[in-house]
Amino acid sequence: MGHHIDALVDAASEDGVALDGLRVTHEDDGYRLETPEATRDGLSAADLADTLGDYDDYATNWYFWTNVVGESSPQRRAFLRWVEGADEHAVPERYDALRDGIRREWGQLLVTVTVDDHGERSYDLRHVDDGDHDTSALDEYHEPLAARQLATYDENGRYRPLKTGANLAGGWVFPELDGRDLVETVGTFYPASVPNWYREREGTLDVEHWEDTIGRQTGMYSVVETWNRGDGHEHVDWVAEACCDDSQCVKRREWQYNDETDLDVDGGDGAFPCREPCSLVIAASRKWTRLEGEETRTYEFELTPSEKEQVEDIIEAVADGRVDDIREADVYEGANRYRTRFLRAKLFDDDGNLCGVPTDDE
Amino acid sequence: MQALVIVAHGSHLNPDSSTPTYDHADTIREVGAFDEVRTGFWKEEPSIREVLRTVEADEVYVVPLFISEGYFTEQVIPRELRLDGWDVADWDSDGLSASHVTLTASDVPEKTVHYCGPVGTHEAMTDVIVRRAETVTRDPNVGDGFGLAVVGHGTERNENSAKAIEYHADRIRQMDRFDEVQALYMDEDPEVDDVTDYFESEDVVVVPLFVADGFHTQEDIPEDMGLTDDYRTGYDVPTVVDGHRIWYAGAVGTEGLMADVVLERAADAGADIGDALTVVRERTRKTPQEAN
Ligand code: SF4
Repeated sequence: MGHHIDALVDAASEDGVALDGLRVTHEDDGYRLETPEATRDGLSAADLADTLGDYDDYATNWYFWTNVVGESSPQRRAFLRWVEGADEHAVPERYDALRDGIRREWGQLLVTVTVDDHGERSYDLRHVDDGDHDTSALDEYHEPLAARQLATYDENGRYRPLKTGANLAGGWVFPELDGRDLVETVGTFYPASVPNWYREREGTLDVEHWEDTIGRQTGMYSVVETWNRGDGHEHVDWVAEACCDDSQCVKRREWQYNDETDLDVDGGDGAFPCREPCSLVIAASRKWTRLEGEETRTYEFELTPSEKEQVEDIIEAVADGRVDDIREADVYEGANRYRTRFLRAKLFDDDGNLCGVPTDDE
Repeated sequence: MQALVIVAHGSHLNPDSSTPTYDHADTIREVGAFDEVRTGFWKEEPSIREVLRTVEADEVYVVPLFISEGYFTEQVIPRELRLDGWDVADWDSDGLSASHVTLTASDVPEKTVHYCGPVGTHEAMTDVIVRRAETVTRDPNVGDGFGLAVVGHGTERNENSAKAIEYHADRIRQMDRFDEVQALYMDEDPEVDDVTDYFESEDVVVVPLFVADGFHTQEDIPEDMGLTDDYRTGYDVPTVVDGHRIWYAGAVGTEGLMADVVLERAADAGADIGDALTVVRERTRKTPQEAN
């Protein structure tokens, strides 16, 4: 008899047991066991233990959530239950799925949870793009804090200033984490993502909109407040489109212009929320505040239609981070290096002015 | 349950900025003095704003990895942590003596938050500067025949920054260990550019009182002192400048013993850390001590 059954009988004799469709209570005429499939009454402790043997998945499920995960951290428990869809799927079908592995995506992370014969869960964590790769083809890690280094550089070795930037590099795997270490590792890749997701589910997420977040800034960032003029929020739409789009950041932007005014840009489909403009957005907005303080002017440039389109191609390629993907000899791409160098050779004067037109009147 | 939260500046551009914070957190985690050790940043994640919600423990000791009291420790960090009823007067500090206050934070109202003074002004920091000198010279007894310069920003940005430099320079002088001790500054006299003018000793250890290596410690100061014309080409330790051997230590905050100061701050605020201080002092030593 498994120790999970002993523990379950003990718990049933005290306050009763109720979890995920399993109910065991102690009545005057003995124990009563209920599952969606069957009900048995008047059982002695030994009968109960025997009968539970026929409902082993229910019993190990109860043991795992009660004694292994426990209630000490409600957010950890909620996250682990979400990973295997514990609130949506009944034990028999969930256990079937768990034996094959249940997959969940969290930003660019892919969690696969499996169960063994004792109901013990094991979590495999890797980059979503590595979902179909053999574990042996990936670098294995076991310590949650190893994620710190993996999260620091993108695949070109450049520093990632935003942990939730959509440029997490792959090539690694944490093949068998327990629940606690899974949550630690996820929290190392995406700090505070689980607590914020949990608060959102509980209806207590403290979203702080643009106006309030900017209003809170002091020192060198207090200037951003001067960018807001009246009710217009087009400038913040542009900020959100530039920085918060799903192609750039895996958080789902929940902050808006203010309590009453939503931005016109969609917040995205991320699994976990963004509750206020981050420090990167604020630092960039400080620069934009200065740049956007300038008045427009009329310049006159002479470009061929293809040159105009090429300028647009270059802007698109830089904005979409595609520059490195354009092949050296692909002269059909406007943002190709040779095409761009040709444009510069033809149109720039010695001071780097487009078409020889100075930026400021002399 | 008690947790330690180290808060630091961090950077959007330089990955080295947060390295010392992580290193010291790891050292403290390994000695097991706290149930949890977390880090939070102004420019990285989790933000100081969200770090408290990553903590499970109900007693939280927050230690700022900053050099001096000022804008960050007095305004930014308390605001971002959402400390209820924070008033800098509660620190009752002369610019060097902030120790801790015990408050709640509206972000996690069920927890008790002990908000500590910055590491840079703690007296234990003096030992870190000396340890840094030992590490860079690879001599556990360095002192005889050596001068020591402690370098900081001047008063321009924050007058308390100069106070911290003076304070530690004075304390090291009183140890009577180095032949000469001098406080130097980046933006005022006595300037670090003229380091060799201020010392008679042939050997001079230069220790910048900065939390992390970055622009100032890796580019400005080495070039200002004439260790190199171009920081990208690097420099030797020591480098001879005007007949002096300059042993440039880089940011003091990268020294392993900094973990000890973080622990001291938390212990002063009431954290129960057992024998962690002794263990950390030994484990972080890079130069073996000779038997006496
Ligand atoms: S503000 Fe935008 S870019 Fe920053 S974390 Fe939130 S969603 Fe991502």
